[in-house]
Amino acid sequence: MKLLNLDVFYVFAGVILLLVAGRIAGDRNHPKRWGSALFWALLAVTFLVGKSLPPVVVGYLMLVMVALAATKQMAFMGDAGASAEDRADSAARLQNRIFAPALLIPATAVVGTLVLSKLHVGDWWLLDPANATVTSVCLGAVVAAVVALRLTGAKAVVPIQEGSRLLQTVGWALILPQFLAALGGVFAKAGVGPVVADLVAQALPTQFPFVAVAAYCCGMALFTVIMGNAFAAFPVITLGIGLPLVVHQHGGNPAIMAAIGMLSGYCGTLMTPMAANFNLVPALLLDLPDKHAVIKAQLPIAFVILAANIALMYFCAYRF
Amino acid sequence: MIKLIGILVVAAGFALRFNTLLVVMAAGIATGLVAGMSFNELMGLFGRYFIENRYMTLTVVLMLPVIGLLERYGLRERAEAIVRRARAATAGRVLIVYTAVRQVSIAFGVNIGGHAAMVRPLVAPMSEGAAHAQHGTLPQKTTEAIRAHAAAAENVGNFFGEDTVFAVGAVLLIRGTLQAQGVEVGLWELSWWGIPTALVAFGALVWRARALDRRIVRATAVAPKPEGTP
Repeated sequence: MKLLNLDVFYVFAGVILLLVAGRIAGDRNHPKRWGSALFWALLAVTFLVGKSLPPVVVGYLMLVMVALAATKQMAFMGDAGASAEDRADSAARLQNRIFAPALLIPATAVVGTLVLSKLHVGDWWLLDPANATVTSVCLGAVVAAVVALRLTGAKAVVPIQEGSRLLQTVGWALILPQFLAALGGVFAKAGVGPVVADLVAQALPTQFPFVAVAAYCCGMALFTVIMGNAFAAFPVITLGIGLPLVVHQHGGNPAIMAAIGMLSGYCGTLMTPMAANFNLVPALLLDLPDKHAVIKAQLPIAFVILAANIALMYFCAYRF
Repeated sequence: MIKLIGILVVAAGFALRFNTLLVVMAAGIATGLVAGMSFNELMGLFGRYFIENRYMTLTVVLMLPVIGLLERYGLRERAEAIVRRARAATAGRVLIVYTAVRQVSIAFGVNIGGHAAMVRPLVAPMSEGAAHAQHGTLPQKTTEAIRAHAAAAENVGNFFGEDTVFAVGAVLLIRGTLQAQGVEVGLWELSWWGIPTALVAFGALVWRARALDRRIVRATAVAPKPEGTP
């Protein structure tokens, strides 16, 4: 029995999303009142009761959400929120105390991961140790919200109002990471990976140790770009290229191959719009007009790390 | 080969700027159908993965109300103000310090960052505030570049610290995958070999952060200063 587990926070999030949908439905001036309200309500349903719905029903709900987004039934008139003077006034009034709730989020993450996730009486756990990181961050958000409400003296409706504004700024892109994860799953089920691994292995002269290393590292990065997730690429490319060529054919060290191979996959994550939660959602959160701005900033970093990884693996894997 | 049709759909869809949700769904449906799945089977698969991956959206949904509340009461303004007092602070140095803290903390298994929790309310405003204090009003393009690099600092710090000291998720996946093939590797060995790349990643971030600082100097030197003009 885990008192604070992911399901508890899914319900929390579902309630927030439902309140957002309700606010939109009640707003006569909203440019796309019903389409937007329906979208957020459907998302709320997947959070509130997602686990008990048959997956095929969720699939069809996803189709409806896609239809709403693709036919532009969702919109949001840029509502600026509080005026700059208001914000400057309360910044002057609250001074550095305004940081307390914001810093409680990382502080709770530290305490949650290192202490709370280890507390248990018999089989009763305070925090689900299997998902300690995510549940700690969620707990941090709830704790911070309570402290922030007390500190600012704001009404309880304010966080929903502001949250609704920020969620609508992100819009349908909020669920893009989940869609891409689903696509990755379908790719894996359909066996896309082995086809890619075979293509790479056949197209290149992998009898040279350096080519084998370069093919593995670039293969990890490339397949992560396609899947948006290095964890999905790792088994496919490691079993397709890394193990047979780098380890078995050329006698490379498997630990060095695998550790650096995974990190080469992360270089791919820095380069791809498929990793939407890391690259596209932040661009929207930061009000960047170019939604690929984060990827563009990361490209030089990703290429440098990838080149260094190939060199490191070539000089270390065949030596240690 | 025909199974790669999904990749083609994604590439074409992105290039033609169709709605991204639509492109992703279409790519999945195309791939599934050529692999011989029925439509309902596919919808079930999509639904299952969508529910399993709700945690990706969860933290953003829970974080935005409290961040929005704090922003309304001047969090970003205060973050900018506080960094203005530190004379050594530049936009790039703020990002370097953040990445270092992020890499070290996540190496010990503690996830203190996040785009919604840290970058939008604190890191980006502090970085912008530092540039603003030194160079006055910034051109729009420069502000956008600073924000994009703040998100990059978060990602680099997050990805390339994780696999070092107290390796968790990734290292367990690596060991499990290799074990299934009859290859045994030690957890510490895997963590150890993550360290060189972590250092390279930090170096690359420092390089880009310094380049950002130079870019800010250039951009503000070209822009006419209002007080200098009659």
